[in-house]
Amino acid sequence: MLGTGILKGMVETAKNFAGSYHDPERLTTVEYPEQRIASKENARQFPFLVHDTEDPMQGLRCVACQICEKECPPQCIYIVKSKDKRADYKGQMQLYPVTFDIDLSVCMSCQICVEVCPFEAIKMDTEFELSNTDRFGGLLVNKHQLAKSNEHYRKIHPTEAAVSDDALAIEVAKAKAKAKADVEAKAKAAADAKAKAEAAAAAAPVGVAATAPVPKPSAPAAAPAAAPAA
Amino acid sequence: MTLPFAIIAGLTVGSAIAAMSLRNLVHCALSLVLTFAGLAGLYLQLNAEFVGFTQILVYVGAVSILIVFAILLTRSTEPKDEPTTVTPWVGISVAVGAFLTMALAVLASPVGKRIAAPAPEVSVKTLGQKLMTDYVLPLEVMALLLTAAMLGAVIIAMKDKEGSR
Amino acid sequence: MAELFAKLDQFPVTLKAWLMNLLQGFLPEWTLPLVSAAISITPILAVFPLMFALTTVIERKGLGRIQNRIGPNRVGIPLTNIRLFGFGQFIADGIKSLIKEDVVPRAADKVVHFLAPIALLIPVLLTYSVLPFGKNMVPLDLPQTGLLFFFAVGASTELSVFMAGWSSRNKYSLLGAMRAVAQMVSYEIPLILSSLTVVMITGTLSLTAIVESQATVHFGFLHNWHLFTPWGLVGFFLFLTAAAAEANRTPFDLPEAESEIIAGYFTEYSGFKFAIFFLAEYLGLFAMCGLGITLFLGGWLPPVNIAPFTWIPSWCWFLGKLSALIVLFIWLRGTLPRLRTDQLMGFAWKFLLPMTLINLVVAALWHLLANNIPLVARWPLGFAMLAVPYWLLGRSFEAKFTKREYRFAN
Repeated sequence: MLGTGILKGMVETAKNFAGSYHDPERLTTVEYPEQRIASKENARQFPFLVHDTEDPMQGLRCVACQICEKECPPQCIYIVKSKDKRADYKGQMQLYPVTFDIDLSVCMSCQICVEVCPFEAIKMDTEFELSNTDRFGGLLVNKHQLAKSNEHYRKIHPTEAAVSDDALAIEVAKAKAKAKADVEAKAKAAADAKAKAEAAAAAAPVGVAATAPVPKPSAPAAAPAAAPAA
Repeated sequence: MTLPFAIIAGLTVGSAIAAMSLRNLVHCALSLVLTFAGLAGLYLQLNAEFVGFTQILVYVGAVSILIVFAILLTRSTEPKDEPTTVTPWVGISVAVGAFLTMALAVLASPVGKRIAAPAPEVSVKTLGQKLMTDYVLPLEVMALLLTAAMLGAVIIAMKDKEGSR
Repeated sequence: MAELFAKLDQFPVTLKAWLMNLLQGFLPEWTLPLVSAAISITPILAVFPLMFALTTVIERKGLGRIQNRIGPNRVGIPLTNIRLFGFGQFIADGIKSLIKEDVVPRAADKVVHFLAPIALLIPVLLTYSVLPFGKNMVPLDLPQTGLLFFFAVGASTELSVFMAGWSSRNKYSLLGAMRAVAQMVSYEIPLILSSLTVVMITGTLSLTAIVESQATVHFGFLHNWHLFTPWGLVGFFLFLTAAAAEANRTPFDLPEAESEIIAGYFTEYSGFKFAIFFLAEYLGLFAMCGLGITLFLGGWLPPVNIAPFTWIPSWCWFLGKLSALIVLFIWLRGTLPRLRTDQLMGFAWKFLLPMTLINLVVAALWHLLANNIPLVARWPLGFAMLAVPYWLLGRSFEAKFTKREYRFAN
């Protein structure tokens, strides 16, 4: 009969109304600023730069290769390379970013910068309360604000961080092995040179020192291959 | 002439003039509605409550909507800039002439000289009883006319059956 | 005890008389009617907009609970942690709409655009002038034409709606206005016809007299509300349905269907003009509910003629019944989906109109057979005369709402 459907519906809504008072299970609302739910591990909001040492600026993993800058779909990353070099986590001499800015208002949280970074230097943060009262300066995030420690990364994304740490450990081990091999090679070369010098009795040790570091640049090239495998 | 009468009469005449002279048809219609409302006010001034409120219900509530729909459904409401070809003076002189003739006729007739009997308290009940007894034939004829008009409208608006043409 | 309550019941009337007495001393003669009118109007202007403000919050909270949400519960007293269960919300909303920029579209017809909200609010407020809010409490008693005044003034809101929609020069506004006008014109007929039964039985258009006609007592305690008759019961629900459509309430809120035409005829209004539309809409609903109470629910009369009920002041009864109807409308809004335009029109012309006409006949028979058939037989007879057509009409209606078969989405 016409109208029975309406009555049925009204009974249903009345049940909901009464139920929401005595049965808190029904209410899915989280009253946000006071109540918070733990963020999901796979949550991502805005990138940050990983650093390893106590001083964030010294320990940034970023080598200013600008791959992320080029890959960023909305072009929200701006990097200026340094003129000088400094040692990275494996003790290798690298460039570092003098300026590393991300425009918060343009970033679309796509994570492509993270995907393309060969150095595990940029990761996604779960921090979402990013509102700001300064809509121009405040939304341009510089490298001091972006830098966050590896511990922070381990805390927010434990699984991902473990994989990343493993990859880096492999890199470090490789670098160490290489360095060891280099040292051995150097020692061997030095010994050979010594022998040669002794044999020829006329050679300068300066030339040996200059040739020794030549095989080193191959180490970073191996990293991109290692990262997808991880 | 009391002050309320002057205000209502001025409003009615003013809006009637506006209804004739405005270029935008919808504005004309809205001014006409104001005229209807002013007329209702005049009825109320004459203590004819029922007629006054019926005037509002029928004219302001229904006829105005009819006019507005007719305007919107038939032609563009954009005011056209082309000047009217007929000079208004002919129309105005005809209207003034007609009004003067009627006014003179009314003034000359004995109706105005008769002292109006104290108006009986006309209640809605008496109105209804009159409609159902003395005036039942006109009422029924009007009902028939309206029914015929409605049926005609329905037939005109009815969709042609497919393939009938 | 009873006398004290009687005094409390008549307190607004005595207060006004006392004020008039006081003012008579030093005000010129010709201002007295104006002052008297102003004193009568003030409580209406204070109570009903306040009720509107509270309704907006209660509605949002109620709808929230119906949907298993919490609803607004934040805004309380500023600079403190007192939240008042969110009942500060309407003040915040009011301040917001007052200080918001008033944007008028460049292409809009400025004069008509400005006049439309005013032309909408004034008739809506005027309808309150004939409603009897309590014993001896009717601002404008029209013994000949009270109900007609209500409908006449209420009908003139249609044009204001059209003015708003047309002057905005926005297709959504115009569509909304067209929908609103078509809907209001269609549902006005069942609305008036369903109220006409009461006029037919009581033989008067005066709302005060209609309330007083319900004061007779059945079985020694039950007041003779028109709701307690078969034609009144059916008439009340027909009236409520038509009133919901007149007031653009769900499920008849097509004129402002957000998912289709943004906000309908007031799409292009912002700031306080928007608030006025909102206010007028709710005040229109309250006025309709007030009329329904007056016609069918015994106005300011208590349901039974027994001591504790009769002690409660008459205006409390009116406001209580009004609140109950408002809650009913909120409940309906939380339950029913919106109709489609053709369903809306079909419902008005194929269901409501025949039902109201049959209801008129039943009411006439009820009146004519009053002396011939005892109440015990008359009641079931009248009810059956309405229930059978209801079932038949409803059946033909329901056939259309068969379960939809999907070709691909199953």
